[in-house]
Amino acid sequence: MAFTFAAFCYMLALLLTAALIFFAIWHIIAFDELKTDYKNPIDQCNTLNPTVDRVKKIKRVRLALKLVLPEYLIHVFFCVMFLCATEWLTLGLNIPLLAYHIWRYMSRPVMSGPGLYDPTTIMNADILAYCQKEGWCKLAFYLLSFFYYLYGMIYVLVSS
Amino acid sequence: MSTQGNANPNSSVNNYSMSSTQNGGGAAPCQNGPGQMYPAMYTASSYYSSAPPAAYPTVAGHSAPPTGKTPVSSTGYSGNYYQSSSGLSPYPAPGTHQYSNAPGQSFQQTAPYAMPAGYYGQVYSHPSQGQTQPQPQQLQPNLMPASSGSNLGAPLYPIVSYPSAPGSSQYGTLRSSQTTAGQPPVSTVMPPPPTQSSLQQYSQGIGATPTPAQPGYGAPPLSQAATVNGQSNAVQQHYDQNLHNPMSHHYAAGPPNSQGPDKERPPSGTPGTSVHSSPQHHPGGDSSSTTTDSASPVPNSYESLEGGGYSDLAAPPAGVPAKQAPPFGYNYPTMHPAYQQNPAPKPNPSPSHGGYNPPGYQPYSQPFPSLSELSSALGGLGGVSELEAETLRPVNLLQERNILPPKRAPPPEPNLSNDLRKVNCSPDTFRCTLTNIPQTQALLNKARLPLGLLLHPFRDLTQLPVITSNTIVRCRSCRTYINPFVSFLDQRRWKCNLCYRVNDVPDEFMYNPVTRSYGEPHKRPEVQNSTVEFIASSDYMLRPPQPAVYLFLLDVSHNAVESGYLNVFCQSLLDNLEKLPGDTRTHIGFVTFDSTVHFYNLQEGLSQPQMLVVSDIDDVFIPTHDSLLVNLKESKELVKDLLNALPGMFTHTRETQSALGPALQAAYKLMSPTGGRVTVFQTQLPTLGAGLLQSREDPNLRSSTKNVLHLGPATDFYKKLALDCSGQQIGVDLFLLSSQYSDLASLACVSKYSAGSVFYYPSFHHIHNTAQKQKFQKDLQRYLTRKIGFEAVMRIRCTKGLSIHTFHGNFFVRSTDLLSLANVNPDSGFAVQMSIEESLADTSLACFQAALLYTSSKGKRRIRVHTLCLPVVSQLSEVFAGADIQAISCLLANMAIDRSISSSLSDARDALVNAVVDCLTAYRANGSNIQPSGLIAPAALRLFPLYVLALLKQKALRTGTSTRLDERVFSMCELKSQPLQQIMRMVHPDLYRIDNMTEQAALHLNDSVIPQPPLLQLTAEKLTREGAFLLDCGSVMYLWVGKCCNETFIRDVLGFQNYASLPSNMTEIPELQTTYSERTRAFISWLLESRTFLPAFHVVKDDASTKTSFFQHLVEDRTESAFSYYEFLLHIQQQMSK
Repeated sequence: MAFTFAAFCYMLALLLTAALIFFAIWHIIAFDELKTDYKNPIDQCNTLNPTVDRVKKIKRVRLALKLVLPEYLIHVFFCVMFLCATEWLTLGLNIPLLAYHIWRYMSRPVMSGPGLYDPTTIMNADILAYCQKEGWCKLAFYLLSFFYYLYGMIYVLVSS
Repeated sequence: MSTQGNANPNSSVNNYSMSSTQNGGGAAPCQNGPGQMYPAMYTASSYYSSAPPAAYPTVAGHSAPPTGKTPVSSTGYSGNYYQSSSGLSPYPAPGTHQYSNAPGQSFQQTAPYAMPAGYYGQVYSHPSQGQTQPQPQQLQPNLMPASSGSNLGAPLYPIVSYPSAPGSSQYGTLRSSQTTAGQPPVSTVMPPPPTQSSLQQYSQGIGATPTPAQPGYGAPPLSQAATVNGQSNAVQQHYDQNLHNPMSHHYAAGPPNSQGPDKERPPSGTPGTSVHSSPQHHPGGDSSSTTTDSASPVPNSYESLEGGGYSDLAAPPAGVPAKQAPPFGYNYPTMHPAYQQNPAPKPNPSPSHGGYNPPGYQPYSQPFPSLSELSSALGGLGGVSELEAETLRPVNLLQERNILPPKRAPPPEPNLSNDLRKVNCSPDTFRCTLTNIPQTQALLNKARLPLGLLLHPFRDLTQLPVITSNTIVRCRSCRTYINPFVSFLDQRRWKCNLCYRVNDVPDEFMYNPVTRSYGEPHKRPEVQNSTVEFIASSDYMLRPPQPAVYLFLLDVSHNAVESGYLNVFCQSLLDNLEKLPGDTRTHIGFVTFDSTVHFYNLQEGLSQPQMLVVSDIDDVFIPTHDSLLVNLKESKELVKDLLNALPGMFTHTRETQSALGPALQAAYKLMSPTGGRVTVFQTQLPTLGAGLLQSREDPNLRSSTKNVLHLGPATDFYKKLALDCSGQQIGVDLFLLSSQYSDLASLACVSKYSAGSVFYYPSFHHIHNTAQKQKFQKDLQRYLTRKIGFEAVMRIRCTKGLSIHTFHGNFFVRSTDLLSLANVNPDSGFAVQMSIEESLADTSLACFQAALLYTSSKGKRRIRVHTLCLPVVSQLSEVFAGADIQAISCLLANMAIDRSISSSLSDARDALVNAVVDCLTAYRANGSNIQPSGLIAPAALRLFPLYVLALLKQKALRTGTSTRLDERVFSMCELKSQPLQQIMRMVHPDLYRIDNMTEQAALHLNDSVIPQPPLLQLTAEKLTREGAFLLDCGSVMYLWVGKCCNETFIRDVLGFQNYASLPSNMTEIPELQTTYSERTRAFISWLLESRTFLPAFHVVKDDASTKTSFFQHLVEDRTESAFSYYEFLLHIQQQMSK
């Protein structure tokens, strides 16, 4: 039982995946808020200071949408780590998501800054639904991979 | 900062010397303006050579003050902008004062427009002053017993709405004339209350009230009630009292300030004028805000404007059947040259083609009787079931040649009871693709038709009930405005028709200002009209209503001067300066740009306008804050001076660059404290500074049948700028007058997302292209004088279960159902795709409500509310029967354009064809009584393939025909932002033969006779050399004169001796005093009657080279790259059989 580089990679991935899960949840919440925003005007009127509340919410949504790039970078980062640690199976499991991320970023709307979401089209029901679905799928994927990394880490630690 | 300016000293010195002479030179300008500290005023032409670059920092330091960037926070309005306007500033300096008496409503602390709910939300949470106190006295009327039977006969609730009982197949509510006796308890009828017991029976279903209205109830509490226009003194007082009080709070500062509201308030006793923008400022069709003195506005009266009464539609002109197309198997190939090469359209793939042989054709040679039946049925003369049967009548498209109705068909009537139909929203304003809403998404999917709305919310109306009221009655949970389709459970409660919540009727609403009676909430104008306008209280404002602010951003580069548009523009603005919508607060400003940005100081008191040049386009700043946007009234002379001088100022410019991006940034900075309208005139590709663009068009690929590239923007600079503008309530309208490629795809974004409009005049030149020039003039005339609404938002609500899927048009979507419109103009339309999220099985009616909240040019906050009510059906056949083919085509066009930008043009085209194929397949699969062969469509959808084919041949979507990218993109913009009528004329123009118009079947409108020639199909087959034909494409009209056209027509109408002497570039019909000419002009002006932008007019000779522009609109014909109509039908049939 030795602490190898692979074990280190798994531990790092474990931590980072936890962060990614957090991102994914935030992403889902943000889109849900965008979508259901209007459904609750009465509550908004009743809250003492609806305007401030709303601004906070908008800021939260904006922040969530900005987390896209960090998420992609983190994922790329531990993919590279696994590559270095020659964990082929784990890398193989992550390749589809990596490819998806690259495709998603390549096909983003014309934008001068980094980012993925265009405020003018984000409210289209199709895009909104797609983004929500994407959030849920990613959450599931990260959760599964979290447990897989846990297993991988223990396995590496035990077997070596 | 000013390094840029020094970098090319030559040009700037040129500029300066030139303009300094313009200004009279000398140091004089510096002494007048308040901005003496800026040396940038080019007083001395030697400025640039002598002054070190460090001269600018003083200016730069000044451009830093918070007004530029800060959203209107507590200091926003106290900024130098308003103080500058010399004592007449309508807002008190400390903005915080205004809302300070609303506890807990700290509007100012936050970005003003970030929260849409703020607009809508404040009504209830705002404990507004003086609103609650009169309530106690209002309670008394309710205690009145149902004493007198005097008004028993009158239906108590004429607007009784749908029952909530499921399974009542009878959609459309019954009328109370059918009364009580045999009614099942689920009936919607509100019978006159005969006995107390029978009332009990209904009370749970609809909740009848035992309190019939008391007409003339003594001493109606006038001080409290809402007023409709046409009210007299007492009500005016109410207006003064209750509305003025909060206002004077707002304007409390000093005598000059309170002047504003005082002026707008008319002396009491002049009814009606109080709440309207005065009509004389809006000539020409814009009478929407004129007052109606009649107490009960007639909701449908503007239908008469829309294209002749229905009464004449029934009878097709007698001569028409004689002109019936000869059997089509023979004639179709021979008439059009294209067919002569391959005469048989296609080898017969199916036995249905027997129909094309002359014997087989015989039975179909007289389609007109049925058509006339149809149009009479559509005209509302037939019964409901008859109408449905008619719209469902299967039509074999391959065999029925003349599917075009003889007149532009009216939109299908929703299958509602007469009363609901009467109060329903005009189809010109609000239209749904399916007038029978399917119950579930599954049913909708089965029908394969798109569900959506087409809106023209700010349309010029001739009749519009305007309501001033303290409390605008809205549903407590979904915030729906009360409308004709709500149901009154009893006198005190109403049930929202969108979310079904039961709400209280406020006391104020009990008084009916129209009949001056108390206790008739269902007779209030809000409940009698589906289109109403409210004067909103301060609850609907996040800041005081902004004044009308207009900024004109003019391209003055060499290219622009060459095209000569400046002359036209300045002249047009000079002519219309008085007619610009606005009040005493109206502000105006001008910015010109080439490679530098020029501002004009128009401060009152200057002897002449001062020009300020900012050459630092990398970081553009505002040289002086207080005098670039000036009060139009005070500085009118200076503005006129400037407009007179402007065309001459740049005649010798050699500057070919265009710094549009920096100019737009400057405009944004200039306008952001107030918001308003920026009008941009651009004549070339922006080549300098931020937002510069490269030419992306490859002329060789213009006619490629493969994919068209570059339909999307090249940069997001314009989009981001537009979003910033939208946030500061600035709308940007773009006039593009260019001969070369200018990347409209990128430029148009600036208008698209700031709710502006785009105008495009390809190859504009003031001498060489007179037709364009005339069109530009006419458009400007309309553009400058048309109504405008500022800082607007539009929310669309719909019955629970329906939801909004996608919006189309020019705006920014701020929330799932809220559009932010910095400016709203009466010529823009919107489309909305809907989806059905929950089953609508438990309701029989679906309602849609569009509420547009805007600030009028007079500084009044107004809400225009449109409500549309449609039946819900459960049968597929009923869905087909209610299809509105024009609306469907428009919505599909919008969807196709989105598709072509997000995916590709060929995808979009395929999707359009598939839409037809799917729909007809669905119909075939559904129908049981249909013959198996042929291409069968329900009568309601018989024009579907034709319209889709026409769409495919639009500039926006066509392939294979040479189309310049800018024109294609412009066509897309038009399809996305024009109202339905305009799109339909564009897509499928109207063709009339006008050389033999007779008085037969003519329309008689106030002592003028308007002939009604039948609509012809858009095929060259219908053109004859002996005739003259008018093709009406909406924005352009062609008069095609055949070679052998009879000479009387040419002489009497066109004013020339014979065909040969006709010039090839005629652009109008002379006003000749012959009956022939009068008749023709009467007809044309009748066509133009309801239009806001007058079309360009071309007289096209048979042999002229302009022929192609005419023939491209004949969509039924074959072109080198596109199907003819018949081929298209065969193609569809082929696709269906796959």
